[in-house]
Amino acid sequence: MDAAPATLTTKHEAPDIGELFTGFFILGLTGFGGVLPLARHMMVEKRGWLTGAEFTDLLGLCQFLPGGNIINMSVAVGLKFRGIPGALASILGLIAVPTAVVICLGVIYGRFADDPVVRHLFGGLAAAAAGLLISTAIKIAWPLRRDVTGLFIVALGVLAIAIFRLPLLPTLLTLAPLSIVLRARQAS
Amino acid sequence: MTATLVTLALIFAELSLLAFGGGNTILPEMQRQVVDIHHWMTAQEFSALFALAQAAPGPNMMVVPLVGWHVAGFSGVLVTSLAKFGPSSLVTGFALRLWERFKDRPWRRTVQAGLVPVTAGLVTASAVVITHASTSSWGTILIAAGVAIATTTTRIHPLLALAAGAVLGLTGIGQP
Repeated sequence: MDAAPATLTTKHEAPDIGELFTGFFILGLTGFGGVLPLARHMMVEKRGWLTGAEFTDLLGLCQFLPGGNIINMSVAVGLKFRGIPGALASILGLIAVPTAVVICLGVIYGRFADDPVVRHLFGGLAAAAAGLLISTAIKIAWPLRRDVTGLFIVALGVLAIAIFRLPLLPTLLTLAPLSIVLRARQAS
Repeated sequence: MTATLVTLALIFAELSLLAFGGGNTILPEMQRQVVDIHHWMTAQEFSALFALAQAAPGPNMMVVPLVGWHVAGFSGVLVTSLAKFGPSSLVTGFALRLWERFKDRPWRRTVQAGLVPVTAGLVTASAVVITHASTSSWGTILIAAGVAIATTTTRIHPLLALAAGAVLGLTGIGQP
């Protein structure tokens, strides 16, 4: 991905607040089922806000932090170019349309939830969404398939959260340090 | 009402700071809070809201304003969105300043590598919890399994898979 032709990763100039808003607004409008590939296209190839390497570096940071990576990315890019107003413009642009759309869908669902046809439709939709989540989990866990330590942590996480329904905070405070210590031992 | 909004704010602010590895990792905790602890909806309703959010454009945490809407209307949307996106955004802002400084430190790689299996475990737990709540009949089990297999083994667009699930669901086959 980062070996894109130089013309595609040439930086132009820093976006202003309006451009940040519209850029992320369009991203929110069009990003069905995952915004990440579109985000790179918009920021690197189409608008030239960042080089490919800068995008990857910023994404690394945003994945590492709590929160959705694209939400964090919008904040980081906005801050980088236009400070706090830029960050606000970016994140509001990103979530404006999706928020309006989900609320409209929610109103429709609320009004017709008792209708058997609508109930069946949403039954199928919910099952499909669950299927997508299974697929996401498989894709994230797949690189760990030969990693015994990694799989041990995965299994502990599933047991704690899905089977015993333990609260997330204590689970995370136990699991994350444990996993990091195990990694550090492997490395040394 | 105010008490409900404060509770919503606290729940989503905590979730905001715990969402390492993205939004899907906090679904079970969100469900536990709004279904098991506060009884604002059933597990099936939560799954339906999650599915609606997946069918909408944009980032994948749009279930957050939807839960806010379901519990407390427009003020719920405002409170949950601010609580969910505010704290993590502040962290991002501060981290951006530190990032350059610690970029090449070896411990950063170790921490990052350590968080990968934690994220994988939490997303798998999400899949278990949401699937359990969404597949109460053989029809829905087949849809979930079909979508899981299709989207894992092919490059089918997620939205197409959701649409196929909705259409299959509409027939009512295998659903009570």
